[in-house]
Amino acid sequence: MGKIFKFGQDVDTDQIIASQYIIYPTIDEMKVHTFESLDSDFAANVQPGDYVVASENFGCGSSREQAPSVLKALGVKAVVAKSFARIFYRNAINIGLPVIVCKELHDNVQTGEEMELFMQEGVVRVNDKEYECTRLPEYMQGILDQGGLIASLNKEEEK
Amino acid sequence: MGMTMAEKIIAAAANVETVKPGDIHTVELDRLMSNDGTTHLTIDMYHQLQNPHIADVNKLVWIMDHNVPCDSVKTAASHKKMRDFAREHNIKFYEGAGVCHQVMMENHVTSGELIFGADSHTCAYGAVGAFGTGVGCTDYLYAMVTGKSWLLVPETLRFELTGKLKDGVYARDLILSIIGMIGANGANYMAMEFGGEGLQTLCMSDRIAICNLCVEAGAKTALMDVDEITLTYLKEHGREPKHIFKSDEDAQFAKVYEIDLSTINPIVAKPHFVDSVVDAKECIGIHIDEAFLGSCNNGRIEDLRVGADLIRGKKVHPLVRFLVVPASAEVYKQALVEGIIDTFMEAGAIVMNPNCSVCWGSCQGVIGENEVLISTGTRNFKGRAGHKDSFVYLANAATVTASAIKGEITTADQIA
Repeated sequence: MGKIFKFGQDVDTDQIIASQYIIYPTIDEMKVHTFESLDSDFAANVQPGDYVVASENFGCGSSREQAPSVLKALGVKAVVAKSFARIFYRNAINIGLPVIVCKELHDNVQTGEEMELFMQEGVVRVNDKEYECTRLPEYMQGILDQGGLIASLNKEEEK
Repeated sequence: MGMTMAEKIIAAAANVETVKPGDIHTVELDRLMSNDGTTHLTIDMYHQLQNPHIADVNKLVWIMDHNVPCDSVKTAASHKKMRDFAREHNIKFYEGAGVCHQVMMENHVTSGELIFGADSHTCAYGAVGAFGTGVGCTDYLYAMVTGKSWLLVPETLRFELTGKLKDGVYARDLILSIIGMIGANGANYMAMEFGGEGLQTLCMSDRIAICNLCVEAGAKTALMDVDEITLTYLKEHGREPKHIFKSDEDAQFAKVYEIDLSTINPIVAKPHFVDSVVDAKECIGIHIDEAFLGSCNNGRIEDLRVGADLIRGKKVHPLVRFLVVPASAEVYKQALVEGIIDTFMEAGAIVMNPNCSVCWGSCQGVIGENEVLISTGTRNFKGRAGHKDSFVYLANAATVTASAIKGEITTADQIA
């Protein structure tokens, strides 16, 4: 179980991690500034295993991989949104952060509610209610299952 | 069944006869661009690989542009890492040459190529009929090590252009109008393809501006039909097309839009979304603190000429900082030859070296709390240009310059 942090639509990568931080040397130095313009307490309050829930077009804007990386570094277990912008979606899978499309969840939950994700079954549960999620294409699920694209690259090199 | 340009480029790069939207293919990449926004992280990951190596160093182009010259000790560390790695591995490297996409267009990109850039505005390369798409640093690293990547074949939206833009209306107004029409995710995961007789009226600078902003509608890439204007541009820059692809007559488009260029008017995108567009006239009178003419979208010589023609003999409003930032050193030198830099300096503008500047809000020119910027940059997201509680309006070069003179948002026709 993890807590929900709920955000709206068209949350862009500048809101997830602003430009002035992305050139910092490491993700750990950046992560304390996650969602700073939308919820300045987010980085202090989020716990490993918590979830980000959003509406349409989450992660639009720049290609900065720092956006999914800071969420993963803070221990966010998955982002569940009505839809994702393309580059964020791809980056998240590549670094091994689950990104799950669920059309109904956002309108029915609030920040602070407890949520459980059953990735294999493609279901999330909040307040005893289950919501069905869209499954990833097999190829992308494969990258995620291996722990991201670099892990899969290292495995390819071993062959 | 026929294929679109995007499908044909992917099919060629995957070495297969046909592809269709939704297929995932392994593709060979022609070129890999990366800039100082993320390269330091790519290098860190490279060193953690079990078998670090570069598939083909000749495909790599690294460009320092986001924080140039360096503005802090932390940035200096990231820059040094990038610079040293590029030297050690003989990677083509630019610093001070300009904004990455402009440098790529001037020196590298050609028709028919498939290019990954670690920057979302890589879709600009469609102006010459190249498939450019933005990726993160993990994707970039994988491609750097293997020379390949995976691509999901996108659906294509076709924009059939007719007519001609009116005087005082620019390519930027066209693409902002399109983004307003289809929305910030209206082309999510899709290719946006442009053609038709109206395209013939748009010069290469216009075409780059249009393709560049397609990511603001969520597009994976933008592509334009290749014609004489494209071939002349490539020839002038010493290049030949790799391959000229054209969508088949019976290609399947997700949707076809017909746009009469003569119906487009000057547009302003209001804070904090690029698709929040209105007729520029609706914004007349809004107070501004700073104006910015530059960026990979509108920092070319054609844009500087528009601004210079308006401001010649006039002054920047005393309460406004007007930043003028040529998109590349080539543009800067041409502006010097034409006396454009003199004109801006005489007017009291702050002329800066070619770089991303305030368009990305992390170097010189950032705005403070509650300040307002009018900009030819790419984005107006909350906090994009500095303080999280600040405001960015996007407009064409004429509106930005006119506003810098007036001290509030106004259109060029209001400046006597």
